[in-house]
Amino acid sequence: MARDRMIGAAIFATLLALPLLLPLVGADYLMGLLIKAMLLAIAAISLDLIIGQGGMVSLGHAAFIGVGAYTAAIALESGIEEILILLALTLAVTALVALITGALALRTSGVYFLMITLAFGQMIYFTFTSLAAYGGDDGLTLWSLATLFGSDVVQNGEGLYFFVLATLLATWAGVHRIGLSRFGRVLRAARDNPQRAEVMGYPITRYRLVAYVIAACIAGVSGLLMMQYAEFVSPAIATWQRSGDLIVAVVLGGLGTRNGALLGAFFIVLMEEILSSLLHEWRLIYGPLLVILVLYAKGGLADLMAPRAKGAG
Amino acid sequence: MLEIRHLSKSFGALRVSDDISLALGPNECHAIIGPNGAGKTTLIHQISGVLRSDAGEVRLGGRDVTGLTVWQRVQAGLGRTFQITSILPSFSVLENVAIAAQAKAGGSMRFFAPAARDAALNDAAAAVLTRVGLADRMEARAADLSHGELRLLELAIALAARPKVLLLDEPMAGLGRTESAALIDLLAELRAEVPMLLVEHDMDAVFRLADRLSVLVDGRIIASGPPAEVRDDPGARAAYLGAEA
Ligand SMILES: Nc1ncnc2c1ncn2[C@@H]1O[C@H](COP(=O)(O)OP(=O)(O)OP(=O)(O)O)[C@@H](O)[C@H]1O
Ligand SMILES: [Mg+2]
Repeated sequence: MARDRMIGAAIFATLLALPLLLPLVGADYLMGLLIKAMLLAIAAISLDLIIGQGGMVSLGHAAFIGVGAYTAAIALESGIEEILILLALTLAVTALVALITGALALRTSGVYFLMITLAFGQMIYFTFTSLAAYGGDDGLTLWSLATLFGSDVVQNGEGLYFFVLATLLATWAGVHRIGLSRFGRVLRAARDNPQRAEVMGYPITRYRLVAYVIAACIAGVSGLLMMQYAEFVSPAIATWQRSGDLIVAVVLGGLGTRNGALLGAFFIVLMEEILSSLLHEWRLIYGPLLVILVLYAKGGLADLMAPRAKGAG
Repeated sequence: MLEIRHLSKSFGALRVSDDISLALGPNECHAIIGPNGAGKTTLIHQISGVLRSDAGEVRLGGRDVTGLTVWQRVQAGLGRTFQITSILPSFSVLENVAIAAQAKAGGSMRFFAPAARDAALNDAAAAVLTRVGLADRMEARAADLSHGELRLLELAIALAARPKVLLLDEPMAGLGRTESAALIDLLAELRAEVPMLLVEHDMDAVFRLADRLSVLVDGRIIASGPPAEVRDDPGARAAYLGAEA
C-alpha cells in the first residue's frame, strides 16, 4: 500500500522534473512522447475504474475519447477558445452520451456488455466519419487552439506538458480515492458478488452507471487534450483498436491496482516507439512480448515493481 | 410482520411453489422443513425478490412489497441469508459487514472520504461481528475463512442491515456439532429481537427455535402448526419426519 504510493510519487516526481532536466536537443521529441503516454494513461486509468473496480469490460472506451475531442474541436471551430469552457462542454456532452449508452449497455453483463459497448463505440466512430463539415474520414486540422484565461500557455510544449501532467495527477489521485470511497466500495462489491450486493440493499446498476459516466468523462477530457496536443482530430482517435489498446494497458499494468493503468500506458507507448524505431515489422515482437508479460506477470507491471506479500489483499 | 399469500412459481412444467400462504408474527420463529428439492430455497428467493413469483403477494409490516426489487425489499427491512454462502470474497470480514451497515445508513453516493475509515460504520460492523463470535477475525480476508466462519459472516451481513424480518436458508448447513450448537444458541437469542423464517434440516434446531412449523413437500405446505402438533401429524411424518425419526 505505502509502497504503491511511493512508486506513484516517484513516477510523478520524475515526470515533473524531466522537462527541467532534458537537454535542449531532442527535448521536443521526448516531451511529445511523454505527453502521448500521459494522455493514454489518463484514459487507461479511467477505464480501470470500470474494468478493475467495476468488473465491467468495455470495448468502446476510446469512443468517449473521440466524443471529448470532437466536442472540443467543434466548439473551437465555432469560436469558443477558453479551455475551461471547453472542458465543461466536453464533460457535459460525454456525460450525456455515456448516460444514454451506459443505461442501455448495463442491461447486459459479461461478454454481452463487451459486445454492446463495442457496438456503441462503432456507432460513435461512424458518426465521426460522417461529419463532413468537420473533415469526415480525413479529420480536421485545427487553425486555432484552446487558451487558458486568454493566454496561450497551454498551447506550446512545456505549458501543455504541465497541464497534461496536472490532469494525469488529478485523475490518478481521484480515481484511487473514488475506489476507496463509499461509492467505490459498492462498485467493488458489485464486481465481487453482484447478487450479494443487491441483497445488501444496493441498486447495483445505478452504481455501475455512475462509474461508467465518470470514466467516460475522464476519457473525454483526455480526448480534448489529445486534440490540443495534435492540433488535429480524426475518427482514428476512436477506433475499437484504440479501445483494445486501453484494455491492454489496464490488464498489462495490473487490474484495479494503484499504478497499473499508469505503468501499462507508459509501457505501451514507449514499447511502440522503441520497437517501431528499431524494426519495421515491430508488431511481430510486440505481440509475443505482450503474451509473455500477461503469462508471467499475472499481477501486471504494478505487481512486478511492488510484489504483494502472500495472502495480503 | 411478514405475510405471504398464495405464492406460486413454476420452472417450465415443474411447479416449485404451489399456492403457499403463511404469516410471521412479531418475535416469532417460523420453521420450514421439507425434503431436498421441496422448494424451500425457491420460496426464500420469491420472498426476497431474487425470483419473481408467477402469482401471489408478499407483505412486510402491512405493506405490499410484491412489486419491489430485491434491493428495495432489503431497504424495506427484509434481510436474508443464503444456503450456499454468498459473501464478498476479496473484502475483509469487517468490510463485508460494514458495507451492509452502509446500505442501511445511506450516503453511498459519496466519492471522496475513504469508507474504510468510517468509524460509525466500522463500529456498527464490529458490534455485529462480536455478537456472532467473529471479533478476532475482523481483519481477515473473507475468502480465507473456514466454512463455519463463513456461515457466521453470512449471518452477520444480514444482521448489519438491522432487518425487520430475517429469512434464514439452512444457516446450519455443513456445520459440525459444536458449531451448530453455538449457532442455535445465537439464533435463540436473536429470536427475541427479530422475527425469522427459518429453513432448516437440523431437527434439534427446529424444535429448539421454532414457534411454528410448516412442512413443505413438492411446493405445497402439507402441515402447519406448533412443532409438537406437526410432529405427531401422520401426513407430515409419512412425507418427511418419518425418514428422520
Ligand atoms: N432456476 C431453476 N430452474 C429450474 N428448476 C429449478 C431452478 N431452481 C430450482 N429448481 C428446481 O426446483 C425444485 C426446488 O428447488 P429448491 O432449491 O427450492 O429446493 P430446496 O427445498 O431448497 O432443496 P434443498 O433442501 O436441497 O436445499 C428442485 O426440483 C430444483 O431442481
Ligand atoms: Mg434449498
